[in-house]
Amino acid sequence: MTNSTEETGIKSILLITALFSIFVIFLIMAFIFVEGWPAFADYGFFKFLLGLKWDPNNNIFGVFPMIVGSLYVTFFALLLAVPLSLLCAIFMAEVAPNNIRKFLKPVIETLAGIPSVVYGFFGLMVIVPRVRTTFGGTGFSIFASGIILAIMILPTIISVSQDSLKAVPNSYREASYGLGATNWQTIRKIIFPAALPGIVTGIILGMGRAIGETLAVIMVAGNVSQIPSSIFAPVRTLTSNIALEMGYATGLHYNALFATGVILFIVIMILLLITNYVQRKYKMDVGGGTL
Amino acid sequence: MKGKTKKIILIIVVILVLLGAYYAINGGSHKIEIVGSTSVQPVAEKLVEKYKVSHPNAQINVQGGGSSVGIKSAQQGTADIGTSSKELKDNEKQGLTEINLGQDGVVVAVNNKNSVSSLSKDQLKQIFQGKITNWNQVGGSDGKINVIRREDGSGTLDVFQKLVMGDDKIKSDAVIQSSTEAVKQSVKQDPNAIGFISYAHMSSDVKALSIDGVAPSDDTIADGSYALQRPFLFLVKGTPNKDTQEFLDWVQGPEGQKVIKEEKIVKSNNKTSNK
Repeated sequence: MTNSTEETGIKSILLITALFSIFVIFLIMAFIFVEGWPAFADYGFFKFLLGLKWDPNNNIFGVFPMIVGSLYVTFFALLLAVPLSLLCAIFMAEVAPNNIRKFLKPVIETLAGIPSVVYGFFGLMVIVPRVRTTFGGTGFSIFASGIILAIMILPTIISVSQDSLKAVPNSYREASYGLGATNWQTIRKIIFPAALPGIVTGIILGMGRAIGETLAVIMVAGNVSQIPSSIFAPVRTLTSNIALEMGYATGLHYNALFATGVILFIVIMILLLITNYVQRKYKMDVGGGTL
Repeated sequence: MKGKTKKIILIIVVILVLLGAYYAINGGSHKIEIVGSTSVQPVAEKLVEKYKVSHPNAQINVQGGGSSVGIKSAQQGTADIGTSSKELKDNEKQGLTEINLGQDGVVVAVNNKNSVSSLSKDQLKQIFQGKITNWNQVGGSDGKINVIRREDGSGTLDVFQKLVMGDDKIKSDAVIQSSTEAVKQSVKQDPNAIGFISYAHMSSDVKALSIDGVAPSDDTIADGSYALQRPFLFLVKGTPNKDTQEFLDWVQGPEGQKVIKEEKIVKSNNKTSNK
């Protein structure tokens, strides 16, 4: 076998695998849209999107409370996780002595490896009762799910941010110190802004994980399909809705659950477009292209 | 060298494909379809799992869909065995043979610290409707009742709805948990919670309430005095084919009965099982 035929052979194999993975993604998208379509067609897209009541036994399908639920839970999780993980990443990348860093890194990586059912169980047995005794209500709430999700997305944001902080060239630091800046001034004015694009990528990845997380949220959110009256009220997220009822659904109910998936897809696309716009506006460049 | 490796890989792939095709065609026996109640499903799956140990060639597929789907599939012959967790009406029974696996109880569970140990069916209904909202209204200590229910479509919710709620709805802000275990843990961690679980999953983590003065147990479910119970039925149309009959015989034999007992399905001694 000559070298050139081998080259073309390997090239085409690589091309096929790349095409295959794209093909699978489109296949999944097409499947979700095809299965969800009857719900939009029979029930009405806006009635489905803006309906306030979800009662599959009486063929009432309104996902609006779940869109609100998903967004609330995700943003509350980000609100808790972003400051915490950024400070942690800065500490690990810039401040921590080597032996502490060697201890912290594997610990945080372990956090990422814990299965979500364990997080959910921890939330159910530890966080939900605390929330109930401290703030009243049932304890199943946006608050409890936000805390659990925040813990779950910490490792993602920390490790991506830490890598991008480390990637800032050493000459920046030396120049800053040379001008008489303190360590904190250097971090705040030089290194953090330089690493910002990577940090934003980390936050976006964390957001994706938070909005997509299902099992842990089902266990602590209470899953009541309602517009929450406070942060301590139970909610149902889009992903929980699909997971809760998929096992039993038939007919229009089945299509409505796929349609919920379509809505989730649209919500994620909109969130990505917004972050993309913000990044462009502030001229932030995410490694490997914009998201 | 590279050519040789490729040839070997190719030969292995070809052999695997041929073997796969051979087994797919000669998988042997007829495939048995079991369709119906999502409550019977786990028991049926367990039976099939154990059955396959002694009958490795058996091909049995267990599906959900609900009791009504099970009855319809059995009548139309689209499934070899239909399953139902509710009694059949007379007009549904036509042409179907019922095999009663036993009775399944639904247990109303509260926290072990709760001083209430008995409720009437009516009190229970009003609690789940949201008309009774404090434990002191039913003889307990002061505390807002936190109602926990199962998700729509769950077989346990279905039987609770039918036997306790009737046509009335469970209040809309009741917390929903997606499994028996999650309901149990939710009740365990909240002294004011109330939920319902399948008798098969009852444990000392939570306290079972007596309903109308009758506590759930093997005996009270068997003699029918405990009200919250339902039958688990296998439905077969006409004369089943050879493979299905073999499976049904096994289920009714000692090995099958042992599995059913392990799943805490109680043999009724009240009604005659109409084999």
